[in-house]
Amino acid sequence: MGILRLCAWLESTQVAGAIRESTWLFPTIETIHVLSIVLVVGSIAMFDLRLLDLASRDRSVTEVYDDVMPWTRASFVCAVIAGGLLFSSSATKYYANIPFRLKMLTLLLAGINTAYFEFWTRRGIAAWDHAAHTPRAAKLAGGISLVLWIVVVACGRWIGFTK
Amino acid sequence: MVQAFCDWLSNTPVSLKIQTVLWIIPAVQTVHILSVSIVMASMAMLDLRLMGLAGKRQPISRMVDRFVPWVWRVLLILAATGTILIIGEPERELLNWAFRTKMAMVATVSLITLVVQQVNKRDATFWENRRIAAAAVGVVSLLLWVAIVTAGRWIAYV
Repeated sequence: MGILRLCAWLESTQVAGAIRESTWLFPTIETIHVLSIVLVVGSIAMFDLRLLDLASRDRSVTEVYDDVMPWTRASFVCAVIAGGLLFSSSATKYYANIPFRLKMLTLLLAGINTAYFEFWTRRGIAAWDHAAHTPRAAKLAGGISLVLWIVVVACGRWIGFTK
Repeated sequence: MVQAFCDWLSNTPVSLKIQTVLWIIPAVQTVHILSVSIVMASMAMLDLRLMGLAGKRQPISRMVDRFVPWVWRVLLILAATGTILIIGEPERELLNWAFRTKMAMVATVSLITLVVQQVNKRDATFWENRRIAAAAVGVVSLLLWVAIVTAGRWIAYV
């Protein structure tokens, strides 16, 4: 089954129809989506800034990670669920939308960046957790993440301004 | 009177520029949302800490000093980008009850945050020693911030 047909099916489901036809469902889910995204971006930025040595330098990297990441993950799950529901309401339209595609691509890149950090860079954290400076790989991970999330938000906003 | 002001503002050269250059509004909204992210995440952390639900390894006073200065700076960016959006579409904002409610809530929560910060400056253990008061402030503040983001999104729909 092609992606476009999958989108068409998604759009034909009852849930999608209900979101499309209701006057308040879409804005309500969109509000949840925005609230989740601002929490994802804001909390991940705190950790990225720590990786970049630009904030919370009085705390170890692990301490900031443990404080922030559970909230980032929970908010991300909410953002994906709410975003999925919004997507379903006009799946074929969003699928064809360039900012939407860019947003998904950027999310994928952010995921790869996070995976690389989790499985490689963070493995050796004991050596620099309390150090005066974070290593270059950590700074790179933080910088890339920060830029990618800014692009995600920009693309998300642009979806509303394109046909 | 507000209507007359909107009519005048929307015919000024600056407003016309914002209306005709199509990327300005989404670009400014993007900066606005990114700023909201910083304020929202910072205040959520602080409010949850006041409620005793998160970040307990740090004293409250440390978190106030860490987050609130950022919130003030970023609120200035929010005011600036918000003003540009108003100039671009005065009627959409100024005649909108969701927008008016949002502004009233921003004023209220700013005042609460200012009080939390000033009290903390005089006595760094104040909130630590008054758990119920701290939790109450945390709950009210967090609810207001959630309501502010909600009202912000609903400006487009009411």
